[in-house]
Amino acid sequence: MQSAFSPLALAAVSAVSAMGIGLAATRQSLQDRTGGLRPADAEDHPAHWVGRVPEATSVNLPPELARYDCRNNRLAELALRQDGFADSAAAAKVRYGAARIAVILGTSTSGIAETEAAYRRRAEGQTTLPVDFDFAATHDLFSLSRYLRARLGLTGPALTISTACTSGARSFMEAEILIRAGLCDAAVVGGVDTLCRMTLQGFGSLALLSQGPTRPCAADRDGITVGEAAGLALLVRAEDAAPGTVLVLGAGASSDGHHMSSPHPEGLGAVTAMRAALDSAGLLPEEIGYINLHGTGTRANDAMEDRAVTHVFGAGTPCSSTKGWTGHTLGASGALEAIIAALCIQDGLVPGCLGVEQVDPEFRSDVVTENRRMPLQRVLSNSFGFGGSNCSLVLGRQEAGA
Amino acid sequence: MSSVTCHIGGLALLGPGLPGWAASQAVLLGEQPWQDSPIVVPPPAMLAPTERRRTSLVVRLALAASTEAAEASGLAPDTLETVFASSNGDGAVVGAILETLATPGGEVSPTQFHNSVHNAAAGYWGIGAHSTRPSISIGCHLDSFPLGLLHAAARQVPVLFCAYDAPLPNPLAELQPTEFPFAMACVVTPEPTAATRARLTLRYCVGEAAATASPWQVLERGNPAARALPLLAALAAGRPTQLILPLLDGARLEIEVTP
Repeated sequence: MQSAFSPLALAAVSAVSAMGIGLAATRQSLQDRTGGLRPADAEDHPAHWVGRVPEATSVNLPPELARYDCRNNRLAELALRQDGFADSAAAAKVRYGAARIAVILGTSTSGIAETEAAYRRRAEGQTTLPVDFDFAATHDLFSLSRYLRARLGLTGPALTISTACTSGARSFMEAEILIRAGLCDAAVVGGVDTLCRMTLQGFGSLALLSQGPTRPCAADRDGITVGEAAGLALLVRAEDAAPGTVLVLGAGASSDGHHMSSPHPEGLGAVTAMRAALDSAGLLPEEIGYINLHGTGTRANDAMEDRAVTHVFGAGTPCSSTKGWTGHTLGASGALEAIIAALCIQDGLVPGCLGVEQVDPEFRSDVVTENRRMPLQRVLSNSFGFGGSNCSLVLGRQEAGA
Repeated sequence: MSSVTCHIGGLALLGPGLPGWAASQAVLLGEQPWQDSPIVVPPPAMLAPTERRRTSLVVRLALAASTEAAEASGLAPDTLETVFASSNGDGAVVGAILETLATPGGEVSPTQFHNSVHNAAAGYWGIGAHSTRPSISIGCHLDSFPLGLLHAAARQVPVLFCAYDAPLPNPLAELQPTEFPFAMACVVTPEPTAATRARLTLRYCVGEAAATASPWQVLERGNPAARALPLLAALAAGRPTQLILPLLDGARLEIEVTP
């Protein structure tokens, strides 16, 4: 089958989340099955548990970019300091030229935590926001991409994608579109989202927050644990990367066209996205070794996803959600989980869902609840979001000798 | 070379004194002076009453322009990928949530929350058009229109592109002035169609340059989506045109219009 997707290599990756700062800590956490979710603070009301990155609080942005200072950009800064990410971007700049590297990031709420604080900082009876609050450089969705573009000294096209919880995954797909169109040779992609009151209280209003740490796919699962994270990747054409580098082999997106916040019950949109991702990679379902589920821990999402996965893959493909480690990091989740998928391929690891004593007996897919060691060539990663947005990515290694 | 080519047709707009593509021709062609008049945004006929009731002004604005564009394109709405570009998203909903969060005991409503996502308009479009096609929503501050058009063209498949913005409530409005609601939409295709008005070559360039002189400057400054007006005027006139749209942080988009 002719592939419609030009494979891209993850030439550099970085991840910061509640499960760890950087790749070594993230790997260790997966292997040791030690998740990063913790009891919530009072400010996190009405959440009971959260996936916080405490290290983000003390990060300093370079003084010349101080106007961009907000927790979301601190998370991004923390990520680019890990695993030589900034150095890899600098090397790519030398190789391709700053103007040939795009910056495409996903976020659902950007620096809105800063806006929330600005509203609270107003004196009694005052309506205007404090004069030091910089709307464009913090609240605005574009703040994230502008910050990383300036921080890395890149001058290619910038873009912020905000498609709710698929934002981070869509950034990978958008990079392929731009590179294939010849608008750039490489792209810094990823997703960054911050714990903020809007999402905590929003998911609370929908009665979707878990009482304890989220337990995706469990028979008695009771909702989402919201987390924060930054996942970044430097994507280049497959032929530009060292042999053995993990590749994005395919990607597929769809819309549910069904409801704003409830998934299509049979997972029609999810099925369409997964099939599109497989088709774009020229792969058959049986060529996928592991599925990293969207797996938010809500009753509706996990049941829908089980039906959709079984529909496409049958009952034999191991699958799990890693949100028990990180929480649902919303607009960052698709990028973070693509990076986790890459680590699983490198390490030959299927990370079983955390804290699940009994998988939902209605489920027919092969939900893994203990870590399995097995060689993995290709992994599919799912992301679904409000507005009926769906995105699936296929990551893997190139066939030996291909 | 950092350029892409597409064909543009199925044009739509909705703004003050600009009540739709056909009704705005005389103003776009300069035959009549632009006159401010309140914008009338129709309720989205494409949605069932339950969904329609939940839509806000900005979603209705985007759906009105998108519907006009899809109809004018002659292509079936459920065959089009979509790119929705907005700087403020649903600022009214986001502003209301921010006030609620700052009020002791205030409670965010579920409908408010799911309408606050930046892809709300795209979500309602998918529901109304019965479309399962891929869709992205982007937010690029003052550059949402030019960058949205670039990414729509880059796809090389038929894409419905809609740029829209509406005023923010106070106190956000003081920091990001958006003077009036405005939306434009079009369909871009890799090959010409019966509805094609022109071929566009879009060139992303590094380096600052002044914007092409435009009689629309006042409106362009009043709404990020209204930065489309010089392109829309050139398409209405059917004249070969070169446009420069400055981008933030030292770049620009050059648009070559070939009718």
